[in-house]
Amino acid sequence: MPDNSPQPPAPAEPPAPSALMTAVLARVGALVLEHHADYGDERIHVAREHIVEVCQALRDTPELGFDMCLDVTAVDYFGNPDGFRMPPRVWDENRGEWRIPPQSRQHLVPPPRGPEPRFAVVYHLLSTRHLHRLRIKARVPEDDPTIETVSALWPGANWLERETYDLYGIRFTGHPDLRRIYLYEGFVGHPLRKDYAKEHEQPIEEYAGPGAKEPRRPQVEYAGPASKDPDRTR
Amino acid sequence: MPDPQAKTPTAPAEQPTRRREELRLGEIDPALHAPPMRLQFGPSHPATHGTVRIVLDLDGEQIVGADVQVGYLHRGFEKECETGYYYQNIPYTDRLNYSSPVLCNTAYCMAVEKLLGIVTPERCDFIRVIGCELSRMADHMLCVGSSAMELAAFTPFLYMLEARELVLDHLDALCGARVTTNAIRIGGVISDLPDGFREFSTVKLDRALKLVDDAHKMLTDNIVFRRRMEGTGYLSPQDLIAYGVTGPMLRAGGVPLDLRRTQSYLVYPQLDFDVPVGEHSDNFDRYLVRMEEIRQSRRMITQCLDRIPAGPVNVDDPRVRWPAKNQVFGRMEELIDQFKLVTQGGLFPPGEVYFGLEAANGELGFYLVSDGTGKPYKCRARSPSFSNMSPLGRALIGRQLADVVPTFGMTNMIGGECDR
Repeated sequence: MPDNSPQPPAPAEPPAPSALMTAVLARVGALVLEHHADYGDERIHVAREHIVEVCQALRDTPELGFDMCLDVTAVDYFGNPDGFRMPPRVWDENRGEWRIPPQSRQHLVPPPRGPEPRFAVVYHLLSTRHLHRLRIKARVPEDDPTIETVSALWPGANWLERETYDLYGIRFTGHPDLRRIYLYEGFVGHPLRKDYAKEHEQPIEEYAGPGAKEPRRPQVEYAGPASKDPDRTR
Repeated sequence: MPDPQAKTPTAPAEQPTRRREELRLGEIDPALHAPPMRLQFGPSHPATHGTVRIVLDLDGEQIVGADVQVGYLHRGFEKECETGYYYQNIPYTDRLNYSSPVLCNTAYCMAVEKLLGIVTPERCDFIRVIGCELSRMADHMLCVGSSAMELAAFTPFLYMLEARELVLDHLDALCGARVTTNAIRIGGVISDLPDGFREFSTVKLDRALKLVDDAHKMLTDNIVFRRRMEGTGYLSPQDLIAYGVTGPMLRAGGVPLDLRRTQSYLVYPQLDFDVPVGEHSDNFDRYLVRMEEIRQSRRMITQCLDRIPAGPVNVDDPRVRWPAKNQVFGRMEELIDQFKLVTQGGLFPPGEVYFGLEAANGELGFYLVSDGTGKPYKCRARSPSFSNMSPLGRALIGRQLADVVPTFGMTNMIGGECDR
């Protein structure tokens, strides 16, 4: 007689990784801290010490072939040390709210690894041969915001890393030309950090109010038309 | 029709060397050699349509060093977006690329829709494609026209601007604005097509394409134009890919990467269009690719207007749908709905998404990080102009000073998008 008593729900199986993620994990799986496919975007997390190693492997493995670095940027998780480590939600039309699907309550949130570093450097890669994409995230701490450059692998990352340095203050070691790209030399701070107030202004020349920059001229009385000028009435 | 899967990028057989032979650099008397002269090209130069500064080191007329400096139009787009609700950031995206704003609107709104998991109605997708292709036409017309003007061909510039005016009339009819359109909404578009849009469009686009054909005849067989465009601004396909160059610049190098084809979004899979691909990866091929894309956009608009189905243009989803005004002022629930949308920005899940589409100059992508509130925690625009500008210095070094203007013109750097 079959047992019809209610069974406790079995822990749901995590969804199988896609073909791309399987190939990535087969190549650099030892260095990947975690991997996700939220909202259809494949992404892996790596430690910052391994970023060049991982990128080199991703670029040079023929079946991966990530030959284009679309974007390099950073996220400042200031005051959010877990980096919004929350399970993805689904929209419940009947109740009109976001809900955590029951089958993803256990497995999609990785166990906490303690407070994570403040910044995350984000790379978006594209393979022009296989037309697949990958996002790489590497956490960078606040007191030592450095990570190795990937501009030797993709020269296009040169400007993107300069921009990340300019706006977030993350230093890319080994970068050939790490200058500010948008803001001027002498700008204090990095404006896309969350602790940089939007209202904070740093004009190159202090603006002292309307008209103040022009030298104040002595008031001269109107001397009438030029014909009455004694020098002109010869 | 090129198949992106089949064709692997191959280098053109040989870099065009006509100009290099003409230079005969080795014959200069060493005694006459001076140290390189530094020339400041820009930031506001009459022969560049954009605020960019290029610090050139010149040996005679040959460029031996080029430092491209951008950032003169930096307005803090990303910082501004972090402090606004999702729906409030749509007008900022107009100002990213002010010559093709509908594409920027669409990219941003589709990124937000990807975060929300919204599927837009089909009529909305058709209207978006019409708006996007009109924007692409306007952008290419402005690029080709102003580049021709910088090479002293003023008449094609006037022709192209008149054609662009005709295209902008469409956007005027679509959303009421010509340049800063603000035409796309999260989950829909601002309004349905006006009555008689198809007849209106047929007349106007016929005239615009006639003008483009005239300009094409004037430019393509013009000996001065060809001598300044052919062989200049060469970048090998390997360089283009490594530098992250996308769009017409990449396709002129023989790489058939077009996101409308490879990453089927909106209704592009239903449309019949060709992806023009160049061979020589020089400025003249970039010009030809743009001219052909104008015609292909025209084809797509015609097909869209033929096939557009009836139906709603906005998704009926309480997270993003704005209630009708007569209901807001007459009913309690809609009033609360509107109040919560205005003051809290809507209901968004935490997470991060990236969505990119084929804008006029390449892949325009938005990377959104959401913390579950109505404001984006981070809103990053991956702009094609920025990546397309980064190999400019490499394309210039070793070339003549006069090559700066056509190369920069065909890069089509848009300051608002490059400097954000």
